[in-house]
Order: sequence, then C-alpha cells, then structure tokens
Amino acid sequence: MGRVLMKGTEAIAEAAIQAGCKYFYGYPITPQNEIPEYMSAHLPEVGGVYVQAESEVASINMVMGGGSTGYRVMTSSSSPGISLMSEGISYIAGCEIPAVIVNVMRAGPGLGGILPAQADYLQSTKGAGNGDYNLIVLAPSTLQECVDLTQLAFDLAQKYRNPVMVAADGFMGQMMEAVEIKPSPTRNQPADESWALGFMGERGGKRSHLHSLYLSPEPLEEHNRKLQRKYAEIKKNEQRCETYMIDDARLVVAAYGTTARISRSAVNNLRAEGLKVGMIRPITIWPYPFETFKRLPSTVEHILVSEMNAGQMIDDVKIATSCKYPISFYGRMGGFAPSVREIEDECRRILGQ
Amino acid sequence: MSEVKVYSRPKSWMPDVSSHYCPGCGHGIAHRLVCEVIDELGIQNDAIGLAPVGCAAMIYDYIDTDFCEAPHGRAPAVATGIKAVRPDKIVYTYQGDGDLASIGMGEIVHAANRGMNLTVIFINNAIYGMTGGQMAPTTLIGQRASTCPLGRDVKVNGYPIRVSEMLAALPAPGYIARVTVAQPKYITKAKQAVRQAFQNQVDGKGFSLVEILSSCPTNWGMRPVEAFDWLVNTMIPYYPLGTFKDFD
Ligand SMILES: Cc1ncc(C[n+]2csc(CCOP(=O)(O)OP(=O)(O)O)c2C)c(N)n1
Ligand code: SF4
Ligand SMILES: [Mg+2]
Repeated sequence: MGRVLMKGTEAIAEAAIQAGCKYFYGYPITPQNEIPEYMSAHLPEVGGVYVQAESEVASINMVMGGGSTGYRVMTSSSSPGISLMSEGISYIAGCEIPAVIVNVMRAGPGLGGILPAQADYLQSTKGAGNGDYNLIVLAPSTLQECVDLTQLAFDLAQKYRNPVMVAADGFMGQMMEAVEIKPSPTRNQPADESWALGFMGERGGKRSHLHSLYLSPEPLEEHNRKLQRKYAEIKKNEQRCETYMIDDARLVVAAYGTTARISRSAVNNLRAEGLKVGMIRPITIWPYPFETFKRLPSTVEHILVSEMNAGQMIDDVKIATSCKYPISFYGRMGGFAPSVREIEDECRRILGQ
Repeated sequence: MSEVKVYSRPKSWMPDVSSHYCPGCGHGIAHRLVCEVIDELGIQNDAIGLAPVGCAAMIYDYIDTDFCEAPHGRAPAVATGIKAVRPDKIVYTYQGDGDLASIGMGEIVHAANRGMNLTVIFINNAIYGMTGGQMAPTTLIGQRASTCPLGRDVKVNGYPIRVSEMLAALPAPGYIARVTVAQPKYITKAKQAVRQAFQNQVDGKGFSLVEILSSCPTNWGMRPVEAFDWLVNTMIPYYPLGTFKDFD
C-alpha cells in the first residue's frame, strides 16, 4: 500500500489492523466513531472480532479480558469515555495485561464539547485510576505519526505487559492527510504462553493467574516494587522527543500533537524574520522526555508552553528543566487551537520584538 | 478389611488448601460443585475463570484453572473479551449478588443479551458479605442488614430483584436456573444445573447462568444450621427454585 489520503481515525484503525490487532471493543462517542465503525467493517475480513460494548466501563473490561489472552486487542474512545475507563485501566496496569487504548481528545470538563482539545494530558499522564501505576502515553502530531505510534503502541504493550495510550487530539482524529500504512513486522507475534490465559495445557497443567489483589501488605508492596522497577525501565528506554531548530535558540516552544504542528509553522516564520526560536516536541508524554530537556543548548533563555488546555504540561516542563528558565504559557480551550499568528505574537512579545 | 474411599477432594481443587470461608457459608459448597463439574467434563486445562469482588475474590486460591480477577461487577465484560479471542476455551464467571445484581447489573444484562457462550455462577446470599452485611439488591423484604437496620422497606429500598426471572425475559440467553446448596437433597440438583451450564458451553450452545441461593450466617447473624433453615423457609419462597429457560 502506497501513500493514501485518509482521515485520522480511519488511519489509526487500519494501522491497528496492520499491526495484527484482531479484536476491538468499542462504544460510540464523537469524535472517534469512525474507529469502531471501521473495525466493525474490516475486522471480520481478517478473521477478527468487533464487539460493541454497552459502555466504556464494559469496553475497557473487555479489553482487559482480551489482553489477558496475550493477543493484540484495542479500544478507542474520547475524553468522557476515558474517564469511565479509569478503573479498568488501573486494573489492567495492576494485572500487567497488554492493551492499547486510543483517546481522541475533546474539550471538557464534563460533557464539554465534541471539538478538539488536549485537556486530558494530566488524566492520561498522571493516572486517573487508583494506585501507583503508569501507562505509556504517545502523542502524535501528524497522521503518519498516528499510524506509526499506533503500531508502536502494540509493541510496547506486549514488551512491557502494560497499557499504552495513543493520546490523539481531536484534530488528529478528524483531519485528512496522506499516510502510508505498512504491515507491522510484529503483527503475527504469538501470544506469550508463559503468562497468557488459555495455555494451561501447553504449560503442562500449570495455570496462569492474573491479579492485582494481595490481601497482605508484604506481597502487595513487593508487587508495587516490581511495577516501579518496570516503570523505571520504561522511563530509561522509551522517552521519545523531537527537537526543531533549537541549536542556537533563545526561545523554545514546548508543544505536542496539533499545537506542535502549529508551533512548527510559527518557528519557521519567526526564523525567516531572523528570530532565534526553536521547538521541543514530546512524543511520549509519559515517560516524559526529561533527557532531551536536560540537553537544551546554553543559548536558551525562555520556554513557551503551548497547548489546547489551561497549561497542563507546564509542571512537567518545570521539573524537566529544574525550573532553570522562565516559563510562559499560551493556550486555547473549548475546542480552539492557538493560531500560528497567536504563537508568533507570543514569541515576539517574550523576545521583546 | 479393605478400605473404601468415601470422600476425596476434586482434582481441580488446589492441593492442600482449605478455604477461608466462615463455617456454614455456601461459597465453599458452590466452589466444590464447580470443581467436580470441571473434573467430570475434563476441562481443567481449558477453563478460564473470572474472580469477582466479594468474599469469593480469592476463588483462584481454591480452584486450579487459569484465572483473571475482574473489577467489581465487570466479570461478564472481562469474560466477553476473553471469549471473543478464545472461543475454544471454557470461560466462566463466579459472582456474588452485590457484584452481579447491583454494580454489575449492566454487564450481566448485556452479556446475557448477546447470548455469548459463557457460564455464569451467581451466588445469591441476599447480602453484601465481604464488606460486612450491607443491604444488597437481593436482600429480602423486612430482612435486616447493616444499612437497613430496621429491615428492608420497599417504600425506600424497592423490592429484591429476581435476577433469573429478569434475565429469562430476554430472548438470547439459553439456560437460566435457580438452585440452592441449603441441604444435601438440593445440592444434588444444584450440581446438575452447574454441570448443565458448563456442558452448554462445551457444546457451543450459548449463555448459561445458574443462580445459587447461598448462606451467609455471619452477616445474617445466625448459626450455620439456623441460616440453612432460614434459607429454605424464607429465601426459597421469594426466590423459587427451578429452570426458567433452557435450550429447546
Ligand atoms: C468499585 C468497588 N466498589 C466497592 C467495593 C467494595 N466491595 C468489596 S466486596 C463488596 C460486596 C460484595 O458482595 P457480594 O457481591 O454480594 O459478594 P459476597 O461477599 O456476598 O459473596 C463490595 C461492595 C469494591 N471493591 N470496588
Ligand atoms: S461473610 Fe458470609 S459470604 Fe462471606 S465467607 Fe462469611 S458466611 Fe460466607
Ligand atoms: Mg452477597
């Protein structure tokens, strides 16, 4: 398959199928309905199954069950639906079950609106469910990246036996762009019989038992320690980040997803005017790319965070830079994205131009 | 004189483990029935259980099959997820009445309505056992519980839900029966129903649920013998035993 023009949600769905995901559990919510619709039409063609769940509470628990078999499974939703999934995500993390969850983020809080936002940054990266757990969170900025990160999500989920979220803002879901979707090399990876349910015979009668319940404190603390060791490993191995024109930059815009696309245009325009502006773009928003922030060049004087929310990433940038730089914020909410012009103006103001 | 073996533990009961259930609790008997059926059908290596949240949360300490825990009430959804991937496996849930008929009512209704080829063992003891005896959706009219100390008042709390009759109203589920483990004569019938519910899945027939009326002497504030008498004399009249639906 060469490059084709596709809508983001459909590109994500096809990318998942090409990554070997055969089981999808979904519930309608705008702006991600094309994903379950696409899956219901195309999974049967590859011998897969689409289940329409009765709620997001049910769909995430179906994902927990499907994932416990060691095969590639997925669900998708948008913000209010992800809120309902929080309990299940905590259980999936606690039971160490691989699963891929796509959040096509819309504006909140509450029912909010169906327009794009990045207002679930804290919910996804800090954990809305109970207990000490983390999920890997990937933030695509182009539709090709929606494809690539969706496929990567399946690899990471299986590698670490952990839930992985693709946090695509509503623009990523609803816009169209040319993408190339290749079959993932790992698409036929068999279920890991050493732990997955359904292989008791293959294990010679040794059962597998997935649980997060430990009634005594000692084994529960040990279980938590084991999870924390895994999260430390993920933080070491999986930070992903792009830097753009930062080598001599005085001002760096920190942005992800759609705001990073817009910021890139602003950086280009400002550079054409001779202003030393660059961009740092986290691709994994958990684990946060602390290492890249640590290596920002000595020319940097100021950081501008831009998001489609009220500034949810600012604290991570402060931590990543040890509060070394003054930090400004420019964001829009309610379904708006900052315009190129607005970010340019903010940069000029900061640079005193 | 030759030795005659009159009792042994089922093969699928975890070796050398005794249950933590209170004296006179019905959970242990129900577990044993599940184990016996698993042994008789020869499905131990293919069975995947879903543990509930409730006194039976540790069921996987007693029954030696593959297991996954489920969040409170969500076992039918987790089971649906597994069965979609592994229709060749025997997937069963074991759930209490708070788990299945209160917080998990949505999941059980829709799993039943899809007619998914699953087996559900539903333990109705008319109380929230694990959390200390609060009123359940199945608590009988007038029955005292820690959150209805004067007894269940239908004007405030509504009526106890007859889950089997309710689910039997749906076209999709194939087998729905109510049994009890209150006395040996009932236990034989209970075993037949549990066996039927698993056999249906082996035969690929579709959704099967067995409601087992069970005892909770601890939270009913009774001695074990009194509790079984109360079950027979008070619970059965409101929750009649029988098969409400069967595959034709
Ligand atoms: C989401 C959630 N809410 C509440 C609880 C607390 N809780 C644990 S067990 C239980 C009641 C279980 O009662 P039942 O299903 O009737 O099982 P039994 O103990 O009577 O066998 C509750 C409410 C929980 N663990 N999770
Ligand atoms: S509290 Fe009730 S249901 Fe729980 S083990 Fe004791 S008797 Fe059984
Ligand atoms: Mg109960």
